[in-house]
Amino acid sequence: MSRYLLKKARILGGEATDIYLEDGRIFAIGSDLAVADAIAPEVEVIDATGLIALPGLVDLHTHLREPGREDAETVDTGTQAAALGGFTAVHAMANTDPVADTAGVVEQVWRLGREAGHCDVFPVGAVTVGLKGEQLAELGAMADSAARVRVFSDDGKCVADPVLMRRALEYVKAFDGVVAQHAQEPRLTEDAQMNEGELSGRLGLRGWPAVAEEAIIARDCLLAAHVGSRLHVCHLSTAGSVEIVRWAKSKGWNVTAEACPHHLLLTDELAATYDPIYKVNPPLRTAADVEAVRAGLADGTIDIVATDHAPHPHEDKDCEWQAAAFGMLGLETALSIVQATMVDTGALTWADVAERMSYAPARIGRLEDHGRPLAEGEPANVVLYDPAVTRTVEASEMASLSRNTPYAGMELPGRVVATFLRGRPTVLDGKLA
Amino acid sequence: MKKHLLSAGDLTRDDAELVLATAAEMRALADRPIKKLPALRGRTVVNMFFEDSTRTRMSFEAAAKRLSADVINFAAKGSSLSKGESLKDTALTLEAMGADAVVVRHWASGAPHNLANAGWSTSSVVNAGDGTHEHPTQALLDAFTMTRHLGDLDGRRIAIVGDVLHSRVARSNALLLQTLGAEVTLVAPPTLFPLGVETWGVQTSYDLDAVLPKADAVMMLRVQRERMNASYFPSVREYSRRYGLDARRMGALQDHTIVMHPGPMIRGMEITADVADSERSVIVEQVTNGVAVRMAVLYLLLGGSEPAVSTSSTNEGDEENNA
Repeated sequence: MSRYLLKKARILGGEATDIYLEDGRIFAIGSDLAVADAIAPEVEVIDATGLIALPGLVDLHTHLREPGREDAETVDTGTQAAALGGFTAVHAMANTDPVADTAGVVEQVWRLGREAGHCDVFPVGAVTVGLKGEQLAELGAMADSAARVRVFSDDGKCVADPVLMRRALEYVKAFDGVVAQHAQEPRLTEDAQMNEGELSGRLGLRGWPAVAEEAIIARDCLLAAHVGSRLHVCHLSTAGSVEIVRWAKSKGWNVTAEACPHHLLLTDELAATYDPIYKVNPPLRTAADVEAVRAGLADGTIDIVATDHAPHPHEDKDCEWQAAAFGMLGLETALSIVQATMVDTGALTWADVAERMSYAPARIGRLEDHGRPLAEGEPANVVLYDPAVTRTVEASEMASLSRNTPYAGMELPGRVVATFLRGRPTVLDGKLA
Repeated sequence: MKKHLLSAGDLTRDDAELVLATAAEMRALADRPIKKLPALRGRTVVNMFFEDSTRTRMSFEAAAKRLSADVINFAAKGSSLSKGESLKDTALTLEAMGADAVVVRHWASGAPHNLANAGWSTSSVVNAGDGTHEHPTQALLDAFTMTRHLGDLDGRRIAIVGDVLHSRVARSNALLLQTLGAEVTLVAPPTLFPLGVETWGVQTSYDLDAVLPKADAVMMLRVQRERMNASYFPSVREYSRRYGLDARRMGALQDHTIVMHPGPMIRGMEITADVADSERSVIVEQVTNGVAVRMAVLYLLLGGSEPAVSTSSTNEGDEENNA
């Protein structure tokens, strides 16, 4: 049994204190905790001076690619990346091959996560059979399975049919589920390549207009209110989307929303390189959108940061923009980007970061043992993070099987020093334990 | 000159004028009995065409051959989804064969940028049309043709009419003609303007009849019939009525105004046969000038610093001097 004493950690950036982990729980918190001589040899002491202690991060939006695209990522490598990024739980999106639209597939993914052991994997179930948007998948069977699915999404595809979306929102009420919508009006985005704006016109790349996202979000908010269900908006990316969600929340409707790290930092200007490393869905937007998304995350309109970690093999990015796959890696850089864009700018405190990256995503996913405060008796899911260092991102050093990070060569603040999952280290000294 | 020609926007006014002046020398060659120069002897030019194009490929091929370059033609049909050999592997293959310049036509906007910047190739890259992005040598040949009829383009009014949204010719011309001091007006139905066109520095109009009387040159763009099915306009007939150049509209032009088209034309759609075949039409001349302009581009990109066409008869045939 592992016992860890974390000396002088700053919980949520507060005063330095000691945290003692035993038996998968936070056993004690206090200054100058002493260990009884009898068990001293079994206790590993970690000097956490200067490090911030956060609750284990929870990602509501991860692509682990297994089953089907094990050349891009596996549950094992993806969860290694997650642990290195400070995550103790990830929600694995359903767009695998086969699609996670049955109890069998979600249980397989859930079990692969348990066997890998780097972080807990909570499969997301598909809303519709094969993500085809035609017929509801067996949501109840996935909810009742060993994987206990609560988040349902056709991510990558939008549940565009309003009747089907209404039914899904209604149906998941039976087991307190939530529909996480990838908001993209399909007809407005046929063959869309990048944000539609001044630059797409110049570059001759077909535009992905903001209205295609905003129209679906507005519709879904109204539907969720109408049927009294829970809606979660995936990776919103435009100023208009932030306004619509803010409006829906002002009505008291049960709507939550997420933003991705890349939408907090990068803009559509990067498309001018024609380097598909910057090709992502929804696309990188304008600087004004980035400002609005940051403001929305700061004031709580946007509840959480989710990575949309989307690994792709080299050949799917080392090609023409139009031929390239959408998506970028996110797990191993998320916390640093949130620090750079939100904490170092004064928009969020570390306590807010815990809310946006741990408590709130766990609440939305209805996870019981994640997203808990760092307090005595709570599960020992803890991250130690050094906000004072800077690092240069090296794609080749990532644990992910894929290398499609848009941050390669960029200097980012902060580094995850250690991650504990139920008291057991998954990462120590910045390396997999 | 830079190493690559990817966008008409990369050309300074000096660059563009150098190309046009060099093209004029090359054009004079067309009137000689022997139309060939030794300037690029021993150099290899690869025409890499990932999209059907008869006239542009032939034009580049003629240009390279008249400069005595070795020419390799590579044509791969195929859309974005039917992946054959990738652009990268094709580039690596041709690189291994020792290409000095790669002329690339591709269905994907930005493919020439990838070729020039992704580390796949060390050759000079000439964009011969990429997706709905740019077609800089077309703009150069259009400017060249205009200067032959209108002289200096400073202050000249050029109307470009048609499917601006999907036209690489319009994008490159808008950039280059402004660099050369011309006033460009783009004319199209609102559905066929890209978002943000107001930032291009050009005038825009939905009304062809209002623009024609002031224009010194009118360039008609091809409108693909398949756009009709996507509701960009209600019907071919309505498009022709509002944006087609017919004899009645031609009557509104000034006497010196020329009519241009990058080809291939759809007669009866954007331009009527009587206009296309009229004395104002320089459409066939554009093709001839295309060869001269592409000779100039290849010559300048591959390091030509001395005059390409020797003026002294003693130097004639002295290949080393011009290589």
